[in-house]
Amino acid sequence: MPSRMGARAPAGFARSFWELGLLLLLVFVLLQGSVFPYGADASSQHAKDGCSSTHEGKPNRTKKVFPVLSFEYDHIKTPFEVSLWVLFASLMKLGFHLVPRLSSIVPESCLLIVVGLLVGGLSKLIGESELPKLDSGNFFLVLLPPIILDAGYFLPIRPFMENLGTILMFAVVGTLWNAFFIGSVLFAVCQIPAAGLTHLGLLSCLLFGSIISAVDPVAVLAVFEEIHINELLHILVFGESLLNDAVTVVLYHLFEEFSAFGTVTVLDGFLGVISFLIVAFGGVLVGAIYGILAAFTSRFTSHMRVIEPLFVFVYSYIAYLSAELFHLSGIMALIACGAVMRPYVEANISHKSHTTIKYFLKMWSSVSETLIFILLGVATVGGPHNWNWIFVTSTVFLCLVARVIGVIGLTFIINKFRIVKLTTKDQFIVAYGGLRGAIAFSLGFLLEVEDEEMRHIFLTAIITVIFFTVFVQGMTIKPLVELLAVKKKQEAKRSINEEIHIQFLDHLLTGIEDICGHYGHHHWKDKMNRFNRKYVKKWLIAGERSKEPQLIAFYHKLEFKQAIQLVESGAGGKLSSALPSTVSIQNIQPKKPPPAPEPRERVLPQLPKSREEEIRKILRSNLQRTRQRLRSYNRHTLVADPYEEGLNDLLKKQKMFELEKKIKEMNNYLSVPVATSDSPTLRRARLASDPQAYNVKPDPVDVPTIQVELASPQSPDSVNIMDEFRKDKEKDEDTGLTMKLPSGPSAPPRKQSEEEDAKDPQKLTRCLSDPGPSADEGEDDPFLP
Amino acid sequence: MPLPQPCPAPPCCSRRCGAGGANSRQVRRMMGAATTRIGQQDPELVDRTGFSPEQINNLHKRFLQLSGNKDTISRENLNDIPALTYNPIKSQIIEAFFDKRNQHDSEVGSLEEITFEQFLMVMSHFRPPTLEMTAEEKQAMRKEKLRFLFNMHDTDGDGKITLEEYRKVVEELLSSGSIEQESAKEITDAAMLEVASTNVPHMGPEDFYEGITFEHFEQILKGLEMESRMHIRFLDTATVHCGKS
Repeated sequence: MPSRMGARAPAGFARSFWELGLLLLLVFVLLQGSVFPYGADASSQHAKDGCSSTHEGKPNRTKKVFPVLSFEYDHIKTPFEVSLWVLFASLMKLGFHLVPRLSSIVPESCLLIVVGLLVGGLSKLIGESELPKLDSGNFFLVLLPPIILDAGYFLPIRPFMENLGTILMFAVVGTLWNAFFIGSVLFAVCQIPAAGLTHLGLLSCLLFGSIISAVDPVAVLAVFEEIHINELLHILVFGESLLNDAVTVVLYHLFEEFSAFGTVTVLDGFLGVISFLIVAFGGVLVGAIYGILAAFTSRFTSHMRVIEPLFVFVYSYIAYLSAELFHLSGIMALIACGAVMRPYVEANISHKSHTTIKYFLKMWSSVSETLIFILLGVATVGGPHNWNWIFVTSTVFLCLVARVIGVIGLTFIINKFRIVKLTTKDQFIVAYGGLRGAIAFSLGFLLEVEDEEMRHIFLTAIITVIFFTVFVQGMTIKPLVELLAVKKKQEAKRSINEEIHIQFLDHLLTGIEDICGHYGHHHWKDKMNRFNRKYVKKWLIAGERSKEPQLIAFYHKLEFKQAIQLVESGAGGKLSSALPSTVSIQNIQPKKPPPAPEPRERVLPQLPKSREEEIRKILRSNLQRTRQRLRSYNRHTLVADPYEEGLNDLLKKQKMFELEKKIKEMNNYLSVPVATSDSPTLRRARLASDPQAYNVKPDPVDVPTIQVELASPQSPDSVNIMDEFRKDKEKDEDTGLTMKLPSGPSAPPRKQSEEEDAKDPQKLTRCLSDPGPSADEGEDDPFLP
Repeated sequence: MPLPQPCPAPPCCSRRCGAGGANSRQVRRMMGAATTRIGQQDPELVDRTGFSPEQINNLHKRFLQLSGNKDTISRENLNDIPALTYNPIKSQIIEAFFDKRNQHDSEVGSLEEITFEQFLMVMSHFRPPTLEMTAEEKQAMRKEKLRFLFNMHDTDGDGKITLEEYRKVVEELLSSGSIEQESAKEITDAAMLEVASTNVPHMGPEDFYEGITFEHFEQILKGLEMESRMHIRFLDTATVHCGKS
């Protein structure tokens, strides 16, 4: 195996290197193409302008030949170039993953910056000066929001809230410390006459410190997503990078204001603190209001599924803009908005809309991230620089020192309050993960100082720090994580057992706290949850789902996912086996049937045990046959695929499950007409994800209705039931690989069966009205007759 | 000080502690804040439970408050805690306090009343891990916490969580919302199936999975970092709540 790998890798490398080269070439041609016509056009326009000014529009009078093909680049210039850049960025992203080993060593962000450098350098060689800048306006209004919204919407709320104190400590106190430490020490450094920077005032240095001290969420996300660090560390660093925005905004405006006037009073400091509180809490408040509005809107979208995702995006963007309008923290508003709306919106919208939101957010955020890094590279080449050795090196050095001291000092305090302490390794990673990025650069760009030279010095230093952190720290953090054996994230999906126990633990810990008599974390969380369940959900979630306990919601989601996998594995041959074993439901059911638990059912005579065993045996042998035949059938129609075996296993398991259910139903509802034999899972899955299922069986006839006389459970009728089943079986075999249930009555009888199916009204309403991720019938309506 | 003498023989521990409670009560009547002594006077209790003397003091105050200044706590005492009213697994939590298995002995069965020391022993399952712990100690702690959970589920004490027992757990968990027995059943079935399939991947159709053993229980919950999750904050300052009197 290793030898094969070794032999393959270079070949693959060489091949994809070629591909990458081709790709690069293509893109450059495209880009230069976009630039050249522009240049040509611009010059021609100049010429035309000159022309018209001298000849006073003479050409207008003479009748021109009607232009069959006209050329007007100006008309489309902006959108065209934007699209080209986006295309370029996406192609770059694509290209990196074609080179097998590169992406595992170098973080994507570094590669993208390098690409930006190359593009910038090339166009400088050509002499083209019209390069898109990392324009601060565009950056804050267009490029940044998708990334932040993506982060906020998918923020792991639980670990975030559990560590909120620590995160806030790092974000607020840590950033303040960094800003003041870096600023004041830099001021001292600037006093050294050799540096030639004695004209730099203390306030300017502090302003610079406040810009450079904030950890950047974009850079952190880009690097941390690749190293798969454990949840705690991830949320600590990432949460800090999100929440320090408020501090940065206030410090920035504060020092900008002061450096214009040159004096600071105690009152100013006090106002600064107030302003910080307003900026932070105002941002959160604005975001939360829009989040609730979005959730409330999504309550009524069940008739207009198509625009559901739009509400999420637009409300969040408006929240961001509204916050920016008052110079509140837009980032915090977006985070709050996304985090608040998510649980409710997810319960309201359809599964497809949910998928759409997920993909759109991921797509937007990754494209803007790519663009940000590339443009950062371009700006580095293009921008005016003023390289001052002393200033730059001391900045980089001070950034590192301040971060390390800050983290160690703060952890010392935090650990006194934390129950789960931060270890030395954790501290190291938190300190090392303090990457700076494009936000700092954009802020530096926005600086309005009268002294142009000072701005250039600042910008150069900022870029150097960004490059240092992204390249050096970003590239070494992965080996370091492995070297230190920092605990990694568990990749496995959460299982139902874990979910049960998480909930169980919540209640248990709340209970123990109550017994201990002091109201801690769990007590208040429990109170919040109860409030949420009692009042908020009723208003923000439509229909039945508002009353659904979390565990059931989780279960339905899981169930649905498995069903989808099942269906997909039939379609695409990609089997992500949910249950990779032969264990079936009967293995866990006690041999003796449980004494019919439903009190609302009439007490009915049960099948004798021996009888039941007999039925089981018949069914099982039937199933065995089915399976064999299925396989032979497959060989003729499908290319044999390695997953076939597992697929059949799954099929079989599902069937066993169904049969088991039938038997149980026979026990419980012998006199009730058995309407459908589907489990809700599969029913839902079929409805939601596989519209073709309806077409496969055009004539849905016999819904097996079983009528057994009460008096004679041993009557031949029960044998008929078996026949029914067997028929179903055979029918199902005929259809070969349609991933549906035995005897699955497709859509039309479902309707009908729903009418007669009164035995479980609650589940029924769920099926009918449930609009959420589990069953989005709204979109599938066209398929129903 | 007239507080409990260190007594080397384990069997008399519970009685001694009871006596200690009575003692301290008398002392307190005489000279006020004498309850603060109970932990300091009893290093063995500190050793056995891992609590600091201050924490033991605080818990002891609470114990007296709950028991109405008696030496033992009964089920009714815990039942009367108002904050527990809405807890869906209230009965299970209370039962856990009276479970002999949670006293670090190998006995099975349940008690009628528990003394302060027994109360502490149960509480000691909820201690947070400390920074100095080695990996092995963490592992042991994790196991102990899991064992506690397991005992809560395994109501009949046969070392296996059967389907019925598990179902009861899930039903109680769901009882805070609208009760859906059918859902509880489905969920339990799925959960049980998951346990069975992860632990015994190849079962013949005739085999029967009797219940979750502790090893399997450990296995399925290994994704949850129980050692850092299952803990509460025990107060170690003598503030916040004061006794009834």
